[in-house]
Amino acid sequence: MTTLDSGVDSLADVTSSEDRLRRFLLGLPGVDQVGAEARAATLGTRSIKTSAKQYALDLAIQMIDLTTLEGQDTPGKVRALCAKAKRPDPADPTAPQVAAVCVYPDLVATAKRELQGTGINVASVATAFPSGRSSLAIKIQDTKDAVASGADEVDMVIDRGAFLSGRYAMVFDEIAAIREAAGDAHLKVILETGELVTYDNVRRASWLAMLAGADFIKTSTGKVSPAATLPVTLVMLEAVRDYHEATGLHIGVKPAGGIRTAKDAIKYLVTVNETAGPDWLDPELFRFGASSLLNDLLMQRTKLATGHYPGPDYFTLD
Amino acid sequence: MPTKDTATTPRLEVRKTYKLYIGGAFPRSESGRSYVVNNAKGKFLANASQASRKDARDAVVAARKAFGGWHARTAYNRGQVLYRIAEVMEGRHQQFSAEVAAGEGLSISKARAVVDASIDRWVWYAGWADKLAQVVGSSNPVAGPYFDFSLPEATGVVAVLAPQDSSLLGLTSVIAPAIVSGNTVVAVSSYERPLPAVTLGEVMATSDVPGGVVNLLTGSASEIGPWLASHDDVNAIDLCGITSDDEARDLEIAAAGNLKRVRRPAEEDWSADQGLSRLTQYLELKTVWHPIGV
Repeated sequence: MTTLDSGVDSLADVTSSEDRLRRFLLGLPGVDQVGAEARAATLGTRSIKTSAKQYALDLAIQMIDLTTLEGQDTPGKVRALCAKAKRPDPADPTAPQVAAVCVYPDLVATAKRELQGTGINVASVATAFPSGRSSLAIKIQDTKDAVASGADEVDMVIDRGAFLSGRYAMVFDEIAAIREAAGDAHLKVILETGELVTYDNVRRASWLAMLAGADFIKTSTGKVSPAATLPVTLVMLEAVRDYHEATGLHIGVKPAGGIRTAKDAIKYLVTVNETAGPDWLDPELFRFGASSLLNDLLMQRTKLATGHYPGPDYFTLD
Repeated sequence: MPTKDTATTPRLEVRKTYKLYIGGAFPRSESGRSYVVNNAKGKFLANASQASRKDARDAVVAARKAFGGWHARTAYNRGQVLYRIAEVMEGRHQQFSAEVAAGEGLSISKARAVVDASIDRWVWYAGWADKLAQVVGSSNPVAGPYFDFSLPEATGVVAVLAPQDSSLLGLTSVIAPAIVSGNTVVAVSSYERPLPAVTLGEVMATSDVPGGVVNLLTGSASEIGPWLASHDDVNAIDLCGITSDDEARDLEIAAAGNLKRVRRPAEEDWSADQGLSRLTQYLELKTVWHPIGV
């Protein structure tokens, strides 16, 4: 099932004027809310055991954007987080590294220094995270600062106020401007699905972000409840799949916030595989924005390796 | 008043399937299993959930979560909460007596005496809450300008494999000494006589005991025991309910992984005075050297 109807000539056309963009986004078929939730719930019941579980746990660790986004963050905290990113389980050298460390722009340089030569990316939030309520000039400068300090990935937030009041072109232009300011850095666009209210809006925002040049679409900032949920991620994965069918491009998806257990993470991986396809079972195309998830994954990993239940006392705090 | 019609119709018996008590809630076993509980004469009593290793894992998580808050309460308050358990049990006296009589094959008057003794045991341990530090702790004479003192503190999560024969008095006598000092407990009830444990769970849920402080699993101690014994987040284990020496030895070996405090199974007289040995089993002594002016 594809969400693109045949009435659209080409996607390049869609963005040629505000009117066309609006018509395209509003013309996207509605999401069957009950169906999406039921589908997500069904996928969540799949039983993943033994070697498949081992694979899923290691893959989930490699997909983590280890995140600290608190007002109380210090360079020391970021250094500790980087140490954990490099060696998640000091007792077990076979534990893989995480994909990236995600921090506020002023701490990018610290993280960059710590992660030099490790292959772990530094992601920075930008554009007046988490609210996004600032002028475009400041958002662009914020992005440039982050990239100048060495950020490999930029996590921007969309202007939810503009989106919800139907000013799609403004949101589009803003994402495009940040895309340009970010240069070579990977651009992740945070939709903040907890504020978008409906799945229809999630689908529209996903398309809008992809059309404007996002490399990744991300569910949430983690500052708003509800953060990532399985049905929302399912809707975004469908959008990514349909965009791939239409253009051949692979866009990544990143659920963030509220994913705390290995069990949850595995549910997401099943959903990825069954919705977007096995191509997306790759840290290049799917990430988890999380911090406490990592310890639970490591504990499950240890349980598989040793045959007995480990305790949280044996793993680092954050 | 029942009319004549309803009086002649025999009432349908409610055939119960009891659940576990984990983290203040009553979940079914994650495994979906249940088993038939018969009375001492082999007649059907009820169905009980048969807990699995994953229920034990969940219970340990709940117990660990509850530990901080329970441990931080004043000893006086913990004593009050334990006393409240005794009060609520008193209200369920009849139910406990019937269950003990059916499960252990006692006459109802003997069962009543057992329930009385169990309630008294809660009261007895409740009294110890704010006396423990005075009796077990000490101020130590040292050769230096220090005030040196030792204080007992709770060790953490205690796994209890409850006695198989004494389903209420025995269960009470192994749980109460663990929680009175601030530990939290994951207990596996008697396999053949789980009903008093189920009812005790209902008592816990309605008597000011924070959820997770006492978690009650019905099922086989031999099945769940090894998982609790080897669990790195369990600080002590009471092997009381293990009847085979070989099994007890294996569990003790598994418990050595994280240096758990282990209480070996032994012949116990539950009606006798309990002494302090179970209370002190689950304590860590903290010694403080406090500098003083010469």
